[in-house]
Amino acid sequence: MATVDILAPRKPLPPRLSRGLTVASFLLPLLVWAAVSYLPFLWHPEREITVPGGVSYFKEGMRIDADRYAQELAQVREQGLPLPEAKKVNPIYLPAPHEVATAFYTAFTEAPQMRSQQWLHESLWHSIQVIFWGFTLSSLIGVPLGILCGTYNAVSRLNEPFIEFFRYLPAPAFGALAVAILGIYDGPKIAIIFIGTFFQQVLVVSNTTRRLDKSLLEAAMTLGANRLQMLFKVVVPGILPDLYRDQRILLGWAWTYLIVAELIGTSSGITWFITQQARYKNFDNVYAAIMMIGIIGLVTDLILARLGKKLFPWEKSRAH
Amino acid sequence: MTNLELPSYLIQSDAVRTRFERLKEREVVLEVKGLGKEFDSAQGPVTALKDIHFKAHRREFVCVIGPSGCGKSTLIRILAGLENASHGQVLLDGKPVSGPGPERGMVFQGYTLFPWLTVKKNVMFGLLNQGVGKAQAESEALQWIDLVGLERFSDAYPHELSGGMKQRVAIARALANQPRILLMDEPFGALDAQTRAKMQAYLLEIWKNIDITVLFITHDLDEAIFLADRILVLKANPGEVDELIEVPVPRPRNFDQLISPEFLATKKRLEQLIHPPKEEDEVSEDKLHMIRMTRVGDDVEDIEA
Repeated sequence: MATVDILAPRKPLPPRLSRGLTVASFLLPLLVWAAVSYLPFLWHPEREITVPGGVSYFKEGMRIDADRYAQELAQVREQGLPLPEAKKVNPIYLPAPHEVATAFYTAFTEAPQMRSQQWLHESLWHSIQVIFWGFTLSSLIGVPLGILCGTYNAVSRLNEPFIEFFRYLPAPAFGALAVAILGIYDGPKIAIIFIGTFFQQVLVVSNTTRRLDKSLLEAAMTLGANRLQMLFKVVVPGILPDLYRDQRILLGWAWTYLIVAELIGTSSGITWFITQQARYKNFDNVYAAIMMIGIIGLVTDLILARLGKKLFPWEKSRAH
Repeated sequence: MTNLELPSYLIQSDAVRTRFERLKEREVVLEVKGLGKEFDSAQGPVTALKDIHFKAHRREFVCVIGPSGCGKSTLIRILAGLENASHGQVLLDGKPVSGPGPERGMVFQGYTLFPWLTVKKNVMFGLLNQGVGKAQAESEALQWIDLVGLERFSDAYPHELSGGMKQRVAIARALANQPRILLMDEPFGALDAQTRAKMQAYLLEIWKNIDITVLFITHDLDEAIFLADRILVLKANPGEVDELIEVPVPRPRNFDQLISPEFLATKKRLEQLIHPPKEEDEVSEDKLHMIRMTRVGDDVEDIEA
């Protein structure tokens, strides 16, 4: 078999190697994490007290800096008091992989400790709904407007300068205003996602529309297409695969606005879950929730990419 | 070639002469009157086309040829209605035209098939726009696809076709609208030499079988002579009509005629018009200053002094 030069610029890789690297891209960070967690000599800057011994303020399960512990140990030894015992641990904000995995699992099996708390999947579902409405409302207006801006220079001149200005205004800055207008429940959250998505969306879609090969429009004109036919039978189908890709990227952005959106008004959703759990120092739950968001994002994107290949059979190689 | 004794390109055999006489008796499909086009560029106004007059008769094949920058693309874009003329008029069947329309079909140099439509749907595009019913549009489209010999590919997408096949579909798509004239803007320019020759033969075949006038832009002299009844030669700066040449090569055409005396005589005339003999000092500038960098013992051609 011929050897493969894996560093040849932009050369396609053999499928097996390509799959292997994909797996490795997930395994490598996991491996680093596991090494830091399970190999005591690697980092472990803190000590968890197992036996308080002669130190008055030590309690079982207490975490303390390694230096501090060494100091106390030396002092106790000098005074001839019973020696404390401790094990090396990482800071509380870095739980080990197995702890996160357990938290991930129990999040679905065990009811939350407090009545007022929501299940992880309940919070998540609430978040998904907020994203859905924010993104859908934005797309319903933003996509058609973007297409019109990209097709007609007059529409573009009328809208884009203002939108260009408005998109620099940070969406979270409208939080208080949104609450004042839309109340404290989901209204302002959806509004923040809308504001965060909409203005980018118009500009991105209009740019995509402008990239449509002009000669296709000219060909359509010489084939006797009228204005409406040009718009709906050339422009729209012509940009559809790119538009689909844009929407996938924009949906990713919408998720980032979610974190801000959920902190205004009554806190809710996955962000509320994460902040709540962090407050109680349940960092395993925090990581489980973050990972949940990641998995949902990745899986939706994979599904959408697959769907895209089905939907646009004329897009041979560009469909990802 | 220059050393050969060639007849004048103006001498026509009887058959060719009677053919031209009959051709000129047919009605005029396209008439261009005093057409001019000026652009505003950074260096001030530029005259791209100046005072162009010509006529194309029904079922005539006219080629437009000229050096680069003579405005031949501008001319065909004005005829197609994709650009506006600054002066003059374009008459189709005696009526002035403005804007693009289905009665003037166009085949572009680049590939302009709609990538999201199959071959069949591409050809149906114009018909459906005109309000033809779906069933009828489909059967007509299949006929046109048959005419260009691509019936096996009617459900393929454009990206599955070769360059030559794409241009054949583009021709079928333009013809499906039953235009009065087919405008072709260097349609085979992007194809390799072999495919191009094949496409030229196809095009003549198609043209013979249907009632269509063709205006064909090219910068390839052989292509122009091989295809055309008459060749409109433009010159650059500003784009003006240099000469309207009646091609003395008899029809039906075949590739053996490429070395016939009439063909060569016409080609010589075109070369004179398009690449006129240059002044001596200009020639010397064209010459490369070459230092010989081969090994002493190597057998290489002598450099001409």
